Amino acid sequence: MATAMQTAEGRDLQEILERYPNAGRDALIPILQDLQDVFGYLSRDMIARVGAHLHLPVSKIYGVATFYNQFRFAALGKYHIQVCRGTACHVKGSAGVLDDIRRLLTLEPGETSRDGLFSLEVVACIGACGLAPVIRVNDEFYAEMTTSKIERVFKTLKKEAESHD
Amino acid sequence: MVNIVIDNKPCEVPAGSTIYEAARSVGITIPTLCHMEGLTPTGACRICVVEVEGAPGLVPSCSFPVSEGMKITTHSPRVLLARKTIVELLLANHPDDCLYCIRNNDCRLQDLAADLGVRRRRYTGARNRFKVDVSSPSVIRDPEKCILCGKCVRVCEEVQQVSAIDFIGRGSSTHIGTAFDEGLNLSSCINCGQCILVCPTGALHEHDHLKEVVNALNDPERMVVVQHAPSVSVTIGEEFGLAPGTDCDGIMVAALRRLGFDRVFDTSFSADLTIMEEGSELVHRIQNGGKLPMLTSCSPGWIKFAEQYYPDFLDNISSCKSPQQMMGAIIKSYFAEKTGIDPDKIYSVSIMPCTAKKFEAGRKEMLHESYADVDAVLTTRELARLIRMRGLDMKALEPEGADTPFGERTTAGKIFGASGGVMEAALRSAYFLITGKNLDNLEVKAVRGLEGCKEAHVKIGELELGVAVASGLKNAAALLDQVRNGRSDLHFIEIMTCPGGCIAGGGQPLSTDLNAITQRMQSLYAIDAGETVRASHENESIKRLYEEYLGSPLSKKSHHLLHTHYSSREVML
Amino acid sequence: MTSKTAGACGCGCANGSSVFTPEELTAWFAASESGKLEQGLCEKLSLLRREDVLKPTIYLGMGTCGLGAGAGKTLKAVRAWLDAGKLDADIIEVGCIGLCSAEPIMDIQLPGRPRVSFTKVTEQEAPNLLEAVFEGKVPEAAVLGQFNGAGLTPWSDTPLLKEHPFFAPQTRFVLAQCGEIDPSSMDEYIAHGGYRTLARALAEMSPEAICAAVEQSGLRGRGGGGFPAGRKWKFARAAEGDQKYLICNADEGDPGAFMDRAVIEGAPHRLVEGMIIAGYAIGATKGYVYIRAEYPLAIERLKKAFAQARAAGLLGDNILGSGFHFDIVLKMGAGAFVCGEETALIHSVEGKRGMPRPRPPFPAVRGAFGKPTVINNVETLANVPPILAMGPEKFAAMGTSNSKGTKVFALSGKVARTGLVEVAMGTSIRSIIFDIGGGIPNGRRFKAVQMGGPSGGCIPEQHLDIEVDYDSLKTVGAIMGSGGMVVMDEDTCMVDVAKFFMDFVQRESCGKCIPCREGTRRILEILQRITRGYRNETQEATLERFQGIMYMERLAKVIKDTSLCGLGQTAPNPVLSTLRWFRDEYEAHIYERRCPAGVCQELRYFTIDQEKCIGCTLCAKRCPTGAIVGEAKQAHYILVDKCIGCGSCVTACRVDAVQLRQFEDELTTVQ
Repeated sequence: MATAMQTAEGRDLQEILERYPNAGRDALIPILQDLQDVFGYLSRDMIARVGAHLHLPVSKIYGVATFYNQFRFAALGKYHIQVCRGTACHVKGSAGVLDDIRRLLTLEPGETSRDGLFSLEVVACIGACGLAPVIRVNDEFYAEMTTSKIERVFKTLKKEAESHD
Repeated sequence: MVNIVIDNKPCEVPAGSTIYEAARSVGITIPTLCHMEGLTPTGACRICVVEVEGAPGLVPSCSFPVSEGMKITTHSPRVLLARKTIVELLLANHPDDCLYCIRNNDCRLQDLAADLGVRRRRYTGARNRFKVDVSSPSVIRDPEKCILCGKCVRVCEEVQQVSAIDFIGRGSSTHIGTAFDEGLNLSSCINCGQCILVCPTGALHEHDHLKEVVNALNDPERMVVVQHAPSVSVTIGEEFGLAPGTDCDGIMVAALRRLGFDRVFDTSFSADLTIMEEGSELVHRIQNGGKLPMLTSCSPGWIKFAEQYYPDFLDNISSCKSPQQMMGAIIKSYFAEKTGIDPDKIYSVSIMPCTAKKFEAGRKEMLHESYADVDAVLTTRELARLIRMRGLDMKALEPEGADTPFGERTTAGKIFGASGGVMEAALRSAYFLITGKNLDNLEVKAVRGLEGCKEAHVKIGELELGVAVASGLKNAAALLDQVRNGRSDLHFIEIMTCPGGCIAGGGQPLSTDLNAITQRMQSLYAIDAGETVRASHENESIKRLYEEYLGSPLSKKSHHLLHTHYSSREVML
Repeated sequence: MTSKTAGACGCGCANGSSVFTPEELTAWFAASESGKLEQGLCEKLSLLRREDVLKPTIYLGMGTCGLGAGAGKTLKAVRAWLDAGKLDADIIEVGCIGLCSAEPIMDIQLPGRPRVSFTKVTEQEAPNLLEAVFEGKVPEAAVLGQFNGAGLTPWSDTPLLKEHPFFAPQTRFVLAQCGEIDPSSMDEYIAHGGYRTLARALAEMSPEAICAAVEQSGLRGRGGGGFPAGRKWKFARAAEGDQKYLICNADEGDPGAFMDRAVIEGAPHRLVEGMIIAGYAIGATKGYVYIRAEYPLAIERLKKAFAQARAAGLLGDNILGSGFHFDIVLKMGAGAFVCGEETALIHSVEGKRGMPRPRPPFPAVRGAFGKPTVINNVETLANVPPILAMGPEKFAAMGTSNSKGTKVFALSGKVARTGLVEVAMGTSIRSIIFDIGGGIPNGRRFKAVQMGGPSGGCIPEQHLDIEVDYDSLKTVGAIMGSGGMVVMDEDTCMVDVAKFFMDFVQRESCGKCIPCREGTRRILEILQRITRGYRNETQEATLERFQGIMYMERLAKVIKDTSLCGLGQTAPNPVLSTLRWFRDEYEAHIYERRCPAGVCQELRYFTIDQEKCIGCTLCAKRCPTGAIVGEAKQAHYILVDKCIGCGSCVTACRVDAVQLRQFEDELTTVQ
């Protein structure tokens, strides 16, 4: 633990915990959210530290973290693809959109591609029902998706990623 | 009191009681899988639903309070259909392998299915698949058999304050496990086995050592020696249909001989030995300014708990090994020497009310270069299985006495099996050690009973000794926190992991019925009241052991064999 | 316009602090009660209300749907155009006006002229549009309508926005300010009369009187259950407790509902005001807003609104000198639909797994941290300030006998105009879909409308004239719910819809109680079996399929009857409701192995019309199973055995040569 503390990560972690001095259990979810904001996911170490900070058993924290969709235990890919599976999107064919993306990236929901480029996630509803079917890549919305639109989007993203390399 | 109508019968029940309690008070048992007295009602299983006139849906009787004029139907067709469907749903996601299950014929799910007339696999579909967690030396978890009633989670949190396990995930993939779904051996689990006692199905059971023991019994090269813990004789009868608290001491000894054990010893003997060592240690600490309060060390669940949560108290814990380990140590030293048998050839088995004893026997502090103090630990339940396997009729066996030299015990050692027993036995001998006289009244009633924390102040000569007894680690933790915060009137604290002590240990016959546990306790005190040698220092075999081998309590040899020290333990808490 | 006000406009300024000090506000609220408002202040307020503007003002709908449709890019284009022409104009980012299908929506208001709204203003369109309007011309194609403006010169030949078919049948009560005012400016909210009700309530009304007024108004919870809000408040008020809490439930988890988000994004102060009043009424000193983390914009707007209200003395100690203390904490949900349930939400606020617990005790008696707690949803609380302002009688005059006021719906699916709609209770569903929504596009026929999300049900054609009313909707198996309204046409398969909802519910079930956890997954499996292809079905599987159907209704009944919380108790509704109105579709799936809407993939396949196919090979490239064979420039064939019915070829084909076929066709031929 002491060695972890000396790293930059350890300092960030410490800094986040210090935002919640003398906190009770009600600070647990906000702390986990802050940690995930900074680190992108939750690690074993982080959860142990949060437990010590809040005097909470780690099993309880793990229980909470696995209950909510938001929390992850592995880093996300460069592009975080969220496919909306809300009712409006479903009626307008989001199942097909998801199938297309799965096929295109050979990726199942909840997985990250080996090259670390894409993470595929299914979300309940992003509240953009008027634009159905809709996907979100990082913070950008793509409205009224069709097979060809999807192909174009991913072609562009892959190109963009290559040029960055 | 409020007036209600249950199943067309008007009755008067206490205000504020739940429908479940009210029905019970008028002789109607509503089935349930998740409800347990003393634990927070969660309303998870929905088996206990009943019909209440005016309520739109069915109502969970375990958490719904009665109110004036309420009309309740506990077993209407609608209710029975609901219960049956729920059981069918559980079975649809259950391995459905009762014949192979350790809880076959002793399973609440099986009982319910039978009672409700489940006769077909009505709902079919995918089943959740999990690996069995065999990592722990004490407790085996089979999540596929888990019905998520959550009793184990609640016991672990609300009784033991450990929370080694919790619900993980959501929806149909919800399961119970440790943080990060790791093996129980890596978790904060203290191996107490209370979760096993409350588990309605075969999802939790002890790590079985029967195979090893049977192999040893069949090995002509080995001398197989067995010791049985003080509480086992008053609980094992329940496994054979005898009333709770029936003392089967002699019959059990006979059974152990029939099973092929070469020597049958009584752990109550080494309990007496513990008192000699521990009592002397207490007196020594008091007289020489040692670390106080001194804490007992008999309960291995508590020891692991202390290593994890109260490492600052490790020096307070008596350096004595537990009675199981003391017996193990002298069997492989004194007894081996005396009988001229190579300790490597002795296979030492203990019959314990406890799953944590399995862990204790394997602790590194208890291992020597080529042998362990104790080779195998069987719980009361495992012994019962072994007896059944051999077809021994407990009702027909003639009682026999234990073997010498470690079969002789005083009743002080026997009452170790109940919470407060160690304290009472210690007081009897400490009084003698300090004053040279016996207590006028040997019975220290203040430390008896099922309360979580009991305290007394006892005058011994000039000294007013402050003592406390806690059972259930939540109670123990509360007491230790007081000491941490400066409480200083206590000299000696007995801590037992399981609420009520070993008679309610995690290795005992499966029952959480408070009445049964009370009967077991009363039986121990009846034995104490009915005999004449009631203080450990009066045990003749103990005296001989010191004369022939150990010298005196706290001697160098004693220290080498009977004492140890624990250190703080790094686990994810 | 004063520079100070411009600072509060919200276009990127630091925190948009108020032009008013707490003292000024207190004095001014008092003065406005007695009608003695000084001239200067009146003018200032008029300017804040933008009754007329001093320089061109451009309003851009920057709600989530606007951003999704590209409003961000439009904003950049507008800025660039203004910079290029060296023109001075105010740009105001407003919330959603509700007509999502017309996004990005841009309004322009020139000095002396009324504000006028334009639709689908993409980054390409924006410069031309601005050019035209700044020259005094309103391009007809893009116009939605103009606002009313007393004393301004109206645009000729431009219809009024409120007469637009989307807006005309609506009663915009909760949404009154959404899309019109700058959501990040508290001053603008105040200028439109905001916080005056709060001031009056604190000064003149007792908490009991407020509870009574809300009860008298007939306001019922807008989150789904429809429990009378005033009565809930009274319970909590009467409950003993040294500390009480108010929780605003903004965890809008219903897929297909986004009312709360729009209210918060469009008029966050409206919610804040409602919460302070509610807190005062029930005796709470601390409020929580539990909001979905998926709503970053709404979160940002709320945080800003809290900061502004705190700075102005409207939140915190001694609000407006009344001696009442109240503050609000923002809690972000972490993604669990079940947290919309009161007790689950409380557990989540407490930092636990969001698993519901049995009631009683009800939260009003023992809620968050064991203290009396009232939980209301956003729309309910946003109703409170105007109810008190107009008086409960006047509010109660709106709507039907048991459902008062208005209801906001998120209209989406197969309907021409999608978006946020607010109608008076008692309006017919038909009017919402066909008048406001403009009916079904592409000449398709209406089939059903799904209301209330996973807890709700479908309303078929024959019941479309039913009115929006808590109790009427129940009679046809639907619920008011939180307000999701998804329209389905003849191309929607109702079995597939039921399957969709069961899949959702079984994933979102908390896993605590057995009927919901185990039952919903079994119902889903039953539905999956009847939509599965039968070509490879074994006898045993056929048996399982029929057995499943036999027991499905029984299972649904037990789940409803025994589940622990509302999620489970309503989980079978989508199935029961589709079964009730569309049994024939189920039967077609089960007995004929046919999906009438042609949606269920395993029950359909495709063929290529040899006459139409031009051999472009596009479909063959798209086919995931290599089922399409053929030479380039020659007509292609689909190997039926390999076709999985995914439909990739249909979307790929440019000459409409791919035809949907059902296995039932084969069966008929054989017979």
